Amino acid sequence: MTATAEPDLERLFEHTIERDQRIEPRDWLPEGYRKTMIRQIAQHAHSEIIGMQPEGNWITRAPSLRRKAILLAKVQDEAGHGLYLYSAAETLGADRADLTEKLISGRQKYSSIFNYPTLTFADVGVIGWLVDGAAICNQVPLCRSSYGPYARAMIRICKEESFHQRQGYELLMTMMRGTEAQRAMVQDAVNRWWWPSLMMFGPPDAESPNTAQSMAWKVKRHTNDELRQRFVDMSVPQAKALGVTLPDPELKWNEERQHHNFGPIDWDEFKQILKGNGPCNAQRIAHRRKAHEDGAWVREAAAAYAAKQEGRA
Amino acid sequence: MTELTAEGGHGAVPLEGVPAGSSQVKHDWPLYEVFVRGKRGLNHVHVGSLHAADDEMALHNARDLYTRRNEGVSIWVVKATDITASSPDEKDPFFAPSGDKVYRHPTFYEIPDNVPHM
Repeated sequence: MTATAEPDLERLFEHTIERDQRIEPRDWLPEGYRKTMIRQIAQHAHSEIIGMQPEGNWITRAPSLRRKAILLAKVQDEAGHGLYLYSAAETLGADRADLTEKLISGRQKYSSIFNYPTLTFADVGVIGWLVDGAAICNQVPLCRSSYGPYARAMIRICKEESFHQRQGYELLMTMMRGTEAQRAMVQDAVNRWWWPSLMMFGPPDAESPNTAQSMAWKVKRHTNDELRQRFVDMSVPQAKALGVTLPDPELKWNEERQHHNFGPIDWDEFKQILKGNGPCNAQRIAHRRKAHEDGAWVREAAAAYAAKQEGRA
Repeated sequence: MTELTAEGGHGAVPLEGVPAGSSQVKHDWPLYEVFVRGKRGLNHVHVGSLHAADDEMALHNARDLYTRRNEGVSIWVVKATDITASSPDEKDPFFAPSGDKVYRHPTFYEIPDNVPHM
């Protein structure tokens, strides 16, 4: 490539985005765009990896072989999603071992939602229905993200998330047809996961000053509040069909807005979790660190074997 | 509060004090690029990358990572360092030689409407 002055490169970059074309790995990027994408993709990858833990907790105790096979497949998908995303982050110059190190040393974050415990098997169903449902709301617009490798990873992930959400809802429908105790277990899980699911969309627009830049770069396509509203509107009829109550006395249809009104979110709880004071923050990172460190000898042995084979060839 | 932006897939992304550069820690296994033939009759298409200690492990990992739902009938893995690439920049002079050769396209030639099958 010939040397081109930076203002020309920046114009070319902006022009590509204006025409709704994708930015590809070897394109020139403004440093702010590169950093925003690495943060977002790494945080998303870490969320998928840490997200294996709450549900993985129930694999050995799934109530039937069918549920166990489904749950194993689902947790394996989460690992896969993490790897697609690390792969996308690496196209921006990030290094995978370095990203893992930043996760287990707590310097990069993952979604606050995974710092809540999974107390009963109904939590597995509610995570599929609400948590994966909220993730889908967030992720579908990301299939059109301006960064090509991220958008392509999101297309794969969204296809697979659809299985996740449906298996969760089906699990809950089965429990709702069961005993009174099982129905109560579903309602209890819904009560615990509803508000944290709404927090997944991030702070209200008024407190999200970077939205404008992210929208201009087409990294972000909708505001936090727009997506949160969409999720609430989608969930209400699903809750009704299931026969559960969403734990919000202010939740009701607003004819004028053609949307549901809902009550205030406890942002203090959200901030506490981000600070590391959630119920499972320490446990999640400790577990990830242990898995990584326990696997060190396997990584070293495989590398030594590969080096030996190479020497023979 | 910490500056945050959402739409990071599973939730809000903190922006302040989150490192996004690479501090060279010890590298792990080499990076491989993965190409999958979706079904007979189609070309192999690039689907992403993965890390593996050697070629054989790269193939196994590629199967587990990129073909969990019958997405492929054949896989190629190539060490990322073995790939030589042009710059994808479309203003790149590398692609200039084909830019002015419109006569390579069938639409360059005007054929009367009454000539059939052309």
